[in-house]
This record gives sequence, C-alpha cells and structure tokens, in this order.
Amino acid sequence: MALRESATFGRGVIDDIQRAAETGVYDIRGWGAKRAVPHFDDLLFLGASMSRYPLEGYRERCDTDVVLGDRNARYPLHLQTPVTIAGMSFGALSAQAKEALGRGASEVGTSTTTGDGGMTPEERGQSKHLVYQYLPSRYGMNLADLRKADAIEVVLGQGAKPGGGGMLLGQKISDRVAEMRTLPAGIDQRSACRHPDWTGPDDLAIKILELREITDWEKPVYVKVGATRTYYDVKLAVAAGADVVVVDGMQGGTAATQDVFIEHVGIPTLAAIPQAAQALQELGLHRKVQLIVSGGIRSGADVAKAMALGADAVAIGTAALIALGDNSPRYAAEYEALGSAAGMYDDFQDGRDPAGITTQDPELSARLDPVEGGRRLANYLRVLTLEAQTIARACGKAHLRHLEPEDLVALTVEAAAMARVPLAGTTWIPGVKSHA
Amino acid sequence: MESMTFDLSTTTVRALNAELHDPSVKSYEVLHPEGAHAVAAGIDSGVAVDVHGHVGYYCAGMNDGGSVTVHGNAATGLAENMMSGTVRITGDASQSAGATAHGGLLVIEGSASMRCGISMKGVDIVVGGSVGPMSAFMAQAGRLVICGDAGDGLGDSIYEARLYVRGRVGELGADCVEKEMRDEHRAELAELLAAAGLEHDVTEFRRYGSARRLYHFTSEHSGSY
Repeated sequence: MALRESATFGRGVIDDIQRAAETGVYDIRGWGAKRAVPHFDDLLFLGASMSRYPLEGYRERCDTDVVLGDRNARYPLHLQTPVTIAGMSFGALSAQAKEALGRGASEVGTSTTTGDGGMTPEERGQSKHLVYQYLPSRYGMNLADLRKADAIEVVLGQGAKPGGGGMLLGQKISDRVAEMRTLPAGIDQRSACRHPDWTGPDDLAIKILELREITDWEKPVYVKVGATRTYYDVKLAVAAGADVVVVDGMQGGTAATQDVFIEHVGIPTLAAIPQAAQALQELGLHRKVQLIVSGGIRSGADVAKAMALGADAVAIGTAALIALGDNSPRYAAEYEALGSAAGMYDDFQDGRDPAGITTQDPELSARLDPVEGGRRLANYLRVLTLEAQTIARACGKAHLRHLEPEDLVALTVEAAAMARVPLAGTTWIPGVKSHA
Repeated sequence: MESMTFDLSTTTVRALNAELHDPSVKSYEVLHPEGAHAVAAGIDSGVAVDVHGHVGYYCAGMNDGGSVTVHGNAATGLAENMMSGTVRITGDASQSAGATAHGGLLVIEGSASMRCGISMKGVDIVVGGSVGPMSAFMAQAGRLVICGDAGDGLGDSIYEARLYVRGRVGELGADCVEKEMRDEHRAELAELLAAAGLEHDVTEFRRYGSARRLYHFTSEHSGSY
C-alpha cells in the first residue's frame, strides 16, 4: 500500500513540532510570509486593442515620476521612479548593504529609508532622498539626524508583524550597533511595539504636529502601517495628518520575527491596496495624500498592478536585498553549510549571511562591495521601471499613475474579491454589485 | 536686545519655534501658552526660555542644548527625546516625561504621571514628587531620581539605567531589582539632587536596576516577557 502523508500533520509540521519540543523556543527568522496567498500573479492587464488606444513602445512618452508629501511640507520628495527602497535598519543590515541601497536608489532618483537603528553617515552620504523612520524604540533618534532627513516616516507597524515590536539577537549587536542603540553589546535586543509618548490617533496628530514644528514644516511626514484593518487605519492616519501613507502587506520582509507571527498575522498586499484606496477616495484625498504599497513587489508587473489598484508608489525590501546578491547560487555551498540553501536562506537574525548583507561580521560584510551592490540595485530598479512602462503603454497610459483598476482582471475568485476587479472574462466582482 | 517675549495669545507657536531654531537673542519669555503643544520644541542652541503658564504635549521636545523652564504644568511627552540641555518644570508633568531622552537634565519639581523616563537613553531625570506606574519602562541608560513614591511596574524590562527612589515603591517591573547603594551611588545621587536644586538626605534613597535576566531569550522566562 502506498505511503500516505497527512494533510494536517505533514512532514513540515512534524519537523516544527519536534524542533519546538527539542529546543523549547519558537522559530525566529527573517524574510516575509512564505505561504501562498492571493497576489499580483493572480491579476492580468487588459492591453489596448479596439476599445482602447495603446501608446507606441519606445517612442511615446510614459512618465514615471512621483511627488510624495506635497500636502503640508515645504520640500516634498520628487522621485524619478515610483519604486522606493523600504525601511531596513543598520543592525539588521551591514553598513555596506545600507550604503549600497543608498547608491542604487540615488542613481535612479528614488528614495531609501532608514530602519530601527538610526541613520548612518554612509547611508545619509550616499542617499539623495533619505526617509528617516520614527519608531517606537527611537534607537539612534536625534535632532540633528531628523533635520538631515528628507522625509520622516512614523512607523506603527510592518506587514511581517503588525502589532509586534522588533528584535535583534545578540550575535548581531556589534559594538557599533550597540552604541547607536545605547545598549550593551551582545544582548538580545527588543524594540517596543508601541510608541512611548503617544497612544491612539488623537495623540498621533499632536506628535506629527511636533515633528513638523521641530523640522520647520519642511519635510513630508509618512505614516506606515502593517496591513490589517487597512481601511480604518488609513483613514485614521490621514486624520492624524499623514502626508503619505505606507501600507505594508503580510509578504513584507523582516530581519527577525517569530515564524508564527510572519505567517499568521496580517493580510495580503493584494487585499490591502483597494481598502487603502477606498479610504483615500472617500476622504477626497486620493493622489493628494500619497499611498506607498509594499510587500511582495518583484517585477514591473507588480509595480504596475499596485499602481493600477491605487498606489502612487511602491517600496521594495526583500527584492532589493536579492538584487544585492542575497540568496545567490554563488554562495550555495556556504548556505548548505548553514543548514539552508540558496533560494531558501532566511536566517537573517543569525548574522552569518554568506552574501554579507544581513550581518555585522566584518569579514562577511566586506564581501559586499557597496559600489557594485549599488550598480546592481540601480539596474534592477531600471528594469522594474521599464517593465511597468511597457505595461502602461500597452494600456494606453502616458504616466504610470494613470493606470486604473479598469485595466485589470483577476484569474481567481479570491483575487477578484480582494482586488475588487472582475474575474477574467466576466463582469463579476465578488462582493460588489454588478452594473453590467 | 538681550531678551525677546512671545505672547502666545497674540502670536503662534510656529513663530516662536521658528525664532528659537534661528535665535537672534539668548533668552526668551513665553506668555499665555494656554496648553499649546510643541512649545519650544527642537531647540538646538544654548538659548534660555522661560514659559509662564501650562503647556500641552511635547514641550521642549528633542531639546538639544537649550535651558527651558516651565512655570506651570506640562502635558504628555515633556522633553521627549532630549539630547542635551536642561528642562525644568515647577509644577507636575503628565505621561511619558523624558521619554527616550538621550541626555541633558530634566527636573520635575512636582510629580510625574505614568511612564516617566520610558525608554530613557542617557538623560538624568529628577522628580521632586512621585511618579506613576510603568516608569522607566525599558530604560536603557541614564539616572532617574524619584524623591517621592513610585507606582507599580517600576523599571519593567529595564536595561542599564539606574533608579533612585526615596519613598515607597509599588510592585517592581519584570527584571527590575533593588540593588546595593554604594558610595559611588550616594555621590552621584548627591550630585543629581544638587543639580536639580533639591535638598534630601541621600541615605533615605534606595537604588534599583536590572537583574539582567532578560538579556537573552529563553523560554524559561516566558512568564516575564
């Protein structure tokens, strides 16, 4: 008789249970959700034919620039591509990796973002547009750096762990990281999940006012949320004064979070974008308060789909690290020595990254040349932009932001319901009354 | 002109802060704050500011070098994330006074509400009265002196900050323990009290700090996390 694996207690589950029984600790790892969820792959574009008029590829303009934060700030960000680099901390990443992100982003005229560990001179120096994250921990937060930032991102949560704080395990707390965070070297460092000096949206409005006062109303203030109750969170963020709202879906990455948190808390990016767009539209502020979407952006098609659903820009994290060389087959033997494999390595918490990206080890970090890394990232960002333009032209759009939900259909009922676009070949949007 | 006066009943906080960020004189008087938020936030020079009345949230927020005195009470987040300088308040402070502050001296002559010194990162805070619950939560560095009582949860998940309390202490937070008062502690406490202009017998104080049991994750401490 053929062997039969349990659908409920599969081999992976059995491994998890036995690992927990053996170690007595939960699994902490990096990366984002690895489970399959409805995603951009479940959407298709309706290119122009008889009823729509396409633009000539390579000849007719399809612009890609975006202005972020022009509601209140004297100096909004004007980016040449709507693909930005998401917040990732020095501490989680090596100084070389942070510098490479800055170099690559600057080369194509987009922004990069600090993380839960303060602003490094390397990053500031190499980043034309730098967004400074304002996190519950306030590690490394100081007045001088705040004024050096081009925008401020108040972080309430991230897609990998909405409602969770941060952690950086002792093996990554080098002397420099410890000093920037005002903590002893080598300890397992926890970051709070709630801000220390405000509670709720009414307080946040006053906090944003303070940040504007401190920076003389020069800088856009973003509010970042992990995708959960996105419709309400976006409305409250805007009411609190956000110039830009960042929504990070559950596929968004992390440097170190409990596996159970990554896989079971939050909603897919696809489900979050229409909620955010609806909230902004109801407030009459869609395209006025800009929406940045992150969590699982890999290709220009993903960029175009996110924008068609209502985003003004997107942010990439995991994909940016991959562009720098993360999980490259070049390090296959070393990944195997760590008990992993190229393409599956997610032990970002461990500090032994062979690619020299998610580590503070001086020898490993030195493997990543920031100049070469920056070049690779710039190439990748250009490809994303070109791919998105290709699709936009096919849909007859002279600017990426002209993409709209009407350009999309869904391949599955689930994606149709979440993205609020019709199932391909039908007029059916589950949950939305048909007008056909 | 040595001093400038801003009457917030006739001018704005924006005008005040713009002047304080690019000061033309060394000292300022602020009248009728009437609970305004972000008064004197973002000072980055050695100016002196006297505020006559009660202030709202985030007074002297992120102060870096200024000497701000509030002759009244303050709402949430007084001197939050201060880098250096001095902030003194003659009355009481609401929640999260001195939150995440990296340096400087915060003197609260009255009492402070919950979460005083939360996530403090090097600031010195001296409270003439008592503090509410969860004060010095996740306090990383610096000194917190409480001349009155401390509420429950003092020093929960504390790192390397040192806490001195003269009065009663409620239930201590996770990983916070009473520690021996040695001569060097009595000396630094005397210095802090002198800097704050408060007179107390240092032998009446007890010292609290981290047991450092939560510095490394282990499931055996799951009840403490």
